Amino acid sequence: MSYTGWIIITGILVGVTCGINGSLLVLRKTAMLADAISHTVLLGIVGAFFITQTLHGIPMLIGAAVVGLLTAYLVETLNQKGVQKDASIGVIFTSLFALAVVLLSFIGSQVHLDTEHALMGEIAFVPWNRFVLHGIDLGPKAVWMLSTVLLISLTVIFLFYKQIKISTFDHHYAILIGIPVGFIHYLLMTLVSLSTVASFNSVGAILVVAMLIVPGATAYLLSDRFINVILLSGLIGGLSAILGYWSAIQLNVSIAGAMATTTGLFFMLAFLFHREGLVIKYFRHRLRSQ
Amino acid sequence: MSDYFSIFLSSANFRWVITGSLLLGFACGMIGTFVLLKKQSLISDAMAHAALPGVGIGFLLFNEKNLPVLLLGATLTSLLGTYFIQLIIKHSKLDADAAIGVIISVFFGVGIVLLTFIQQHATGNHAGLKEFIFGQAASLVNRDVQLITVSAIVLVLITMVCFKEFKIAIFDPDFAKGLGIPVSFLNGVLMLLIVGIVVIGIQMVGVVLIAALLITPPLSARYWTDELPIMAGLSGVLGALSGVIGTWFSATIPNLPTGPMIVLVISAIFLISLLFGSKRGIMMKVVQPS
Repeated sequence: MSYTGWIIITGILVGVTCGINGSLLVLRKTAMLADAISHTVLLGIVGAFFITQTLHGIPMLIGAAVVGLLTAYLVETLNQKGVQKDASIGVIFTSLFALAVVLLSFIGSQVHLDTEHALMGEIAFVPWNRFVLHGIDLGPKAVWMLSTVLLISLTVIFLFYKQIKISTFDHHYAILIGIPVGFIHYLLMTLVSLSTVASFNSVGAILVVAMLIVPGATAYLLSDRFINVILLSGLIGGLSAILGYWSAIQLNVSIAGAMATTTGLFFMLAFLFHREGLVIKYFRHRLRSQ
Repeated sequence: MSDYFSIFLSSANFRWVITGSLLLGFACGMIGTFVLLKKQSLISDAMAHAALPGVGIGFLLFNEKNLPVLLLGATLTSLLGTYFIQLIIKHSKLDADAAIGVIISVFFGVGIVLLTFIQQHATGNHAGLKEFIFGQAASLVNRDVQLITVSAIVLVLITMVCFKEFKIAIFDPDFAKGLGIPVSFLNGVLMLLIVGIVVIGIQMVGVVLIAALLITPPLSARYWTDELPIMAGLSGVLGALSGVIGTWFSATIPNLPTGPMIVLVISAIFLISLLFGSKRGIMMKVVQPS
């Protein structure tokens, strides 16, 4: 497959994986916890590098999952100790993220991991980092990693569909009928961490937030049905990746930044023109007053 | 390294930078107290991220690094981001969490697009624009620091003058209205103070992490006192302390970004306060269970 083809496939995988997992967070009203986790996952990546001295997929995924769960746990603990939810998220993610960036600057330029990379990823390099098994070239590593995480996410959502759905819309009822809401919560936070780390090489730890939250928020504006929001969010994520890549090439700007901007454009259109959108409301109002 | 050290100690520029970080930290801590009380911790994070596109636009308008113009641009997009958050919450079914997440990530994405666009296309000297992301105190020239210092003093003075009114307006808005205190005007002033301190601080601390300087000092101060004026003062002192120590480290160790270093210091202060604070500190509860 061509160089551009691999980049587009990587982008679509990032968009769909983040879109699907992110929609659950928006529905569960934990968007900012996801924002926090996608920042702190950088610490997991840096930690995995310090331990293994390499940037291989499996240690990175484990490191990210550990730090992601740690973030969710620390935020929860501080909140129980009487700190506002908002402020506990703020303290935890800034602390862990700052630690990660400082450690990064000590690693220096000896590996392909620096603050700029952490910020916006380098999807343009993704096709060159190949996965070679027994001498057979199997395509870019990032594509394998993203496909694995997408598969895991789909499996988890499929297996726990009912539990996730009920605990999302009626927390107390879910507890009442014996759904392990805590387990479901941490399970989804693990999915967020995995999505972030799989997307890290392509879009970086900060811009991945756009891919997680914005397609989900857009889809939620357009539909009320649980399954529709999930699917639509994946679709919008994928579309944003393609359009973002295309416009970044036209303007010669950051690909990840352009993808984030495109999710914003989709959101704006949905916000203005969905059934209850501002523009639609305005015209309905004028029609009625005439 | 010791060469580095002595050069910095003897330079007037370094003394200015330390003074600037001290006053900036103090102003952040003091204003942050009211941010915490108003439960706007994550909104302040959004204000900071939303400042980035303004820096890019400010540069593109005049094609030069004119600090007042950049900061004016930052102020405008920061206010625009805040306005959009309120618009989204008011006119859609999305909650504050999702609205903040959308604005943070999309504005930051647009900012990255603009910065990379400038890097590729602009003809003027654009070195140092990237420092607005993570902050770099060493890159500040005297004029910049003087601007930071004077602005920080002005913002602290305004906060002190309006202190009592802020307090009543936040704790008991209805009572305040009864007294004839213009509550919505004061809310506006407070918002301008937050945007102001964020904007003057981004060059030193960076848009990604400056919110920590607003969130963490007052949270830490809360573990030592119950009195609001003491809390605000202590929060200012803790902010100043972390500003100075963080800047010192960052200026003396090459390639160490300032923002993350300052945030690490304030996070350490938070951890100490959480454990040993005389009010509600975890150890205090162990020593004298209430």
